[in-house]
Amino acid sequence: MRRTLYLLGALVAAHLLLLTISPSGATIAPEGEGLDIGIVFDVGGRGDKSFNDGAYLGGMLAADSLQARVRYIEPGEGSDREAGLRLLAAEGMDLVVAVGFIFTDDVLTLAREYPDVKFADVDFAVATDSLGNPLPLPPNLVALKFREEEGSFLVGALAALAGGSKKVGFVGGMDIALIHKFEAGYRAGVMHVCPDCEVIAQYAGVTPEAFKNPGKGKELALSQYQQGVNVIFHASGSTGLGVFEAARTTGRLAIGVDADQYSEAPGHVLTSMVKGIDAAVYDAAKAVQTGTFVGGVRVFGLAERGVGYVYDDNNRALIPDAVRSRLLALEADIIAGRIKVPNTR
Amino acid sequence: MSGDGLLMRAAQAFLAPLLAVALAMVVGDLLILTYGESPATVYALLLEGTWGNWYGFGQVIYKTMTLTCTGLAFAYAARAGLFNVGAEGQLAAGGFAAALVGLLLPASIPGVIAVPVCIAASMIAGGASGAIPGVLRARFGASEVIVTIMLNFVLLALLNYVVASHMAVPETLHTAEMNAGFVARLGSLFPVFAGSAANLTIVVAVLVAVFAWWKLFRTRSGYELRAVGLQPDAAEYGGIPVSRVWFRAMVWSGAFAGLGGINFVLGYKHYYEEGFAAGSGFLGIAVALVGRNHPLGILIAALLFATLSQGGLAVNALVPKQLVDILQAVVILAVATTVPEVQRLLRKTAASLVRRDAAEATP
Repeated sequence: MRRTLYLLGALVAAHLLLLTISPSGATIAPEGEGLDIGIVFDVGGRGDKSFNDGAYLGGMLAADSLQARVRYIEPGEGSDREAGLRLLAAEGMDLVVAVGFIFTDDVLTLAREYPDVKFADVDFAVATDSLGNPLPLPPNLVALKFREEEGSFLVGALAALAGGSKKVGFVGGMDIALIHKFEAGYRAGVMHVCPDCEVIAQYAGVTPEAFKNPGKGKELALSQYQQGVNVIFHASGSTGLGVFEAARTTGRLAIGVDADQYSEAPGHVLTSMVKGIDAAVYDAAKAVQTGTFVGGVRVFGLAERGVGYVYDDNNRALIPDAVRSRLLALEADIIAGRIKVPNTR
Repeated sequence: MSGDGLLMRAAQAFLAPLLAVALAMVVGDLLILTYGESPATVYALLLEGTWGNWYGFGQVIYKTMTLTCTGLAFAYAARAGLFNVGAEGQLAAGGFAAALVGLLLPASIPGVIAVPVCIAASMIAGGASGAIPGVLRARFGASEVIVTIMLNFVLLALLNYVVASHMAVPETLHTAEMNAGFVARLGSLFPVFAGSAANLTIVVAVLVAVFAWWKLFRTRSGYELRAVGLQPDAAEYGGIPVSRVWFRAMVWSGAFAGLGGINFVLGYKHYYEEGFAAGSGFLGIAVALVGRNHPLGILIAALLFATLSQGGLAVNALVPKQLVDILQAVVILAVATTVPEVQRLLRKTAASLVRRDAAEATP
């Protein structure tokens, strides 16, 4: 008993002593003229190498070129999402960014409660009335949506043109409308350049777990490669890591999603269908700074450079010049509206 | 003399958790320093974001509710000598059942009827989830540790499937809003709590803690339960039906965990959402350990862990939120090694393993 008390005293003394130390680089109070931006990540949090990290990159870009001060919050359980948004909104941030469709309800509540704070939500799920018309958003909330089907169309065409096989593969994560957009665009792209090609499309599951199951991803990819597929496009979160591993072991090709995933399997990544979350977040920040912020739904497609595919030194060797120019022509056709890309199966 | 003894006991009960918290604070200091921030600033922000304003305090209350329920769930089974690691699944089942009943009830039903019905549904669903490992343990001697932890996966996967493919509002992970069974938020009664998720289900949590205390320490069945937990063989010899006690303990344990689901569902969002309280089931084990499996201790420990959890958000701007995860882990480890119940359970597990090995060795 006495020994324990001594120990307790020693710990408290050590704690008090350590409290007095303040490192030179420590954060004191925010200062300066720039914007204050707060970002609340999806439950997956930073380090996912695609979705959340894209928003982080957008924040960093705003910090660099707009001298914005950026704060991040990584929520844990369900109630933390609203709490994180509220913490930032209550501090009078100029812009609060929520990353993910799961914030839809929370960001709507907060936007109504804090009309002076601007809000942006990536992949915000716009509600519709009984006639199917989208309900109007509060003027201080912008929904950042992406036309994933347009980018998927181009990588589909690429898979058919550069794959060297009449069979092309698709691995989806959770079997939901959001991922069907990828599949529909991809399929349309394949069929557009190769009407007698076959698309083998499979999903890892029906629960959110399907987005983080690399084992299942590998299994699906291996079976598709065995059926004669040479290129697989995945839209499946970290399940795709298994697809890349299968591509590595069989020497075939895979297509990444959301961000440039070349580094996951160098030499085996044909390209990646990238979603410009960073650019969208940066644009929102810039709009707030220049006073041109407008609430409502903003859709980013090929025309807005919100989606696209990677073509750089890493994969130039895999894409013949003729294919590249064909893709550029297709891109121009989509932007001009000459090709309509479906977004449902 | 007896007063002195009581004082000593109380002091000893609080000393280990206090020591654990002190240790966690020193570890936290060092981590914050290595991250290049000043500990005084971070801790000040942590306190200011939790107990420093009514909103933060409301959030602490909100998180305390669920943790109290899952803590009681673990403690109640532990008092019977059982490790219920299934609170995570039981909690989700309870929340789902409450939301389902709320969806099925017509909107015209008054709250005085709808709320108790939803609460009962959450407890029944949690209790049923606890009954499965209870039966397997009582009838067939299956290890409740393994059954409960595996049942988590089964329950969560099942609920995910049902919600995702049949009940979810398009483009979301949650069901439609309930028709009836709303519990008032504290903010609507006391405007200072405005915006906070805290709601009146905290009263239910406190009442259930009192109920658990009364049942454990003031009833015959509670006495039997504790006797079984201390020494099942002796209890059996004394005429206590051990299997039945185990079964009942698991059912109540599951019911307590299931009740935790009403916090989010009835009090906050009014729908079931996938992963609405992810991690709270497992954190309940820590709450029970630090609270030394006593309902009062669990209430205090739940407040502590809720504070750390909410504080983690408040300091997230300065340090990664993993800091509070580490603080929680230090508290758990430090307490786990000093709590007699844990030491006894560990010893018992080791002994039973030795016995099993010996039994297998002799054909």
